[in-house]
Amino acid sequence: MKKIAMAVVASSMLAAPAMAADVKIGVLLGFTGPIESLAPNMATAAEMAMKEASDSGNFMGGSTAVSVRADSTCVDAAAATAAAERMVTSDGVAAIMGADCSGVTTAVLQNVGTAKGIVMISPSATSPALSDIPDDGLFFRTAPSDARGGQVMAEVLMGRGIDSIALTYTNNDYGKGLADSIQGSYEALGGKVTVVASHEDDKGDYSAEVAALAQGGSDHLVIVGYLDRGGKGIMQASLDSGAFENFAMSDGMIGPSLPEAIGADLNGSWGLLPGGESEGYDIFAKMAAEAGFEATPYSAESYDSAALIMLAMQAAGSSDSQKMKAKVFDVANAPGTKIHPGELGKALKILADGGEIDYVGAREIELIGPGETGGAYLEQVVQDGKFTTVKSH
Amino acid sequence: MTDVLNAIVLLANFVLVPGLAYGSQLALGALGVTLIYGILRFSNLAHGETMSFGAMVTILVTWGLQAGGINFHPLPTALLALPFGIVGAVALCLIVDRLVYRYYRQQRSTSSIYLIVSIGVMLITGGLIRFIIGPGDRKITDGERFIIKARTFKEMTGLNEGLAIKTTQGVTVIAAFLVVGFVFWFLNRTRTGKAMRAYSDNEDLALLSGINPERVVMIAWIMTGALATIAGTLYGLDKSFKPFTYMQLLLPIFAAAIVGGVGNPIGAIVGGFVVAFSELIITFAYRKVLMYLLPDGMAPEGMIQLLSTDYKFAVSFVILVIVLLVKPTGIFSGKSL
Repeated sequence: MKKIAMAVVASSMLAAPAMAADVKIGVLLGFTGPIESLAPNMATAAEMAMKEASDSGNFMGGSTAVSVRADSTCVDAAAATAAAERMVTSDGVAAIMGADCSGVTTAVLQNVGTAKGIVMISPSATSPALSDIPDDGLFFRTAPSDARGGQVMAEVLMGRGIDSIALTYTNNDYGKGLADSIQGSYEALGGKVTVVASHEDDKGDYSAEVAALAQGGSDHLVIVGYLDRGGKGIMQASLDSGAFENFAMSDGMIGPSLPEAIGADLNGSWGLLPGGESEGYDIFAKMAAEAGFEATPYSAESYDSAALIMLAMQAAGSSDSQKMKAKVFDVANAPGTKIHPGELGKALKILADGGEIDYVGAREIELIGPGETGGAYLEQVVQDGKFTTVKSH
Repeated sequence: MTDVLNAIVLLANFVLVPGLAYGSQLALGALGVTLIYGILRFSNLAHGETMSFGAMVTILVTWGLQAGGINFHPLPTALLALPFGIVGAVALCLIVDRLVYRYYRQQRSTSSIYLIVSIGVMLITGGLIRFIIGPGDRKITDGERFIIKARTFKEMTGLNEGLAIKTTQGVTVIAAFLVVGFVFWFLNRTRTGKAMRAYSDNEDLALLSGINPERVVMIAWIMTGALATIAGTLYGLDKSFKPFTYMQLLLPIFAAAIVGGVGNPIGAIVGGFVVAFSELIITFAYRKVLMYLLPDGMAPEGMIQLLSTDYKFAVSFVILVIVLLVKPTGIFSGKSL
């Protein structure tokens, strides 16, 4: 009797994947750690795309896309690698939507992605280092690289007629990467970076840092940092000592709490935020509201990442990463019918019929070179104590 | 001539003014550390958290005052709340002494055991503070923000460089001056102060002459609590209040106390300013100053910065090491560690 029971269990386990025809997709995000407030909505957005594709009945001949969540922790490479390993070996995911932060994404890609040949599409890893990493064509991302962010920052600075800057960055991968990129692009355009200095977050006093920055002789200070931490301290100390009055800010500095904390002195300063105002994003935001969650940062990118994975599978006619990886560019870029959020069913149908699509999605997806988005940026200026979008780049 | 003036104003704005304020805060902190060392003979590592605790009580009362529409314009309202903060910190010190340190006093424990005990007190107090007010940044400064703004100064004088003096910087320096004066008067002129000095110099002789040791210890804790609260609140007003930052202050405060000579009040004051100005002078970039002072064409290309600001805290370390190597008793010959 016991033997029979075991045999039944064993055979049903073997048979399960074939019968249900589920396609498992990993959702590897930092549900705990520094971006734990963003991760739930990112996962929900990715799962919304999976549900949309499954409900249409057109995905892989009527298959269901099933989400398998795991915690990347955002900062602990070993934990993220173990989680990804488990996803692939014991859950059997076909592809991974993730990881999120640049450091863990690199680790997972090297130890699991390329080692096991699994496609990874990250919604939020922005480190320039990920552009050049050997990935066997398996890694893509729907957020722009900070290399692009630095270039746009340099162009906007030049466009505003600012030919000399002081530059300070928060002392971590994000700060250093973006600051290097800003400096390189800006100097290539003929700008002069008079002084570069890092700052540590969570110090009480930034007057020494500001004193050093002020001695370069520039009127403009570019701050790559965080609005609730060192970046704000640098800004306050600059205003207090009269060292700088004009600031340019990275995406980490933009948020309503900054003008509230600094006050009227911030008016006229500006910053760059990844993203564009697009038709696709408006549709996504509406869909998110109907599904009962808010379109917080990187949730749109998560939706797009999950959608790209499923569309590439459909185009390849297989959930095998080695086959679908070549199709990611095809479905993301022209030519083909333009696909917005909420049109996944239509897109899957076109692909099933042998047609071509150009996935636009929530974030105007257009993949370039190493499998990343070209990246749109919004230029926001502080006016009357509020960040207001003035231009799209 | 204007070039020389510009150079002077530049240095005043970025080195002299912040150095005076920061030095005053360190001096008040070091004074508290030195008092405890003189009387109880141990390095009180919990001092940073005592500063934080006093500042926290002050902030809570300040919020209450602000909500009640009471202010101290043009000075920061927190100054009105300061006495409450002092009471809070003194209560904390006395309770901790009663519950913790008294036991070790009766055991006649060595100073290294006291040191370890004070680490425990530091961690528990730190946890308590974060439990009550949270780990976040609290801004409490209100009233007039500047005594003089950089831009106003430029317009007034027609110079290229501005000089900014914040109200909190002015308040800090004046308050430190008054408090230090009071402490010296107390130690040198009052009977209790003299008793404390006697106890510090020679415990056995002091006991023989009828000085009550528990009373001396109690007064030392009261003064430490008050000094810590004043230093902590001034630091919080001048920068911003964040519980974590007070633990980072421990190093420069101890460096200040040791440089001046532990157990010596004058040493603590001098040490505070030595450490503050060393940090600023060594990490300052002198390019612009030299541009004003040197003839045209001889201005340097580089930043002329001895040490990057990243290493600011290393300056305190280096001073500490040098003093301990060369003159372990400090400038004013305090007790040897």
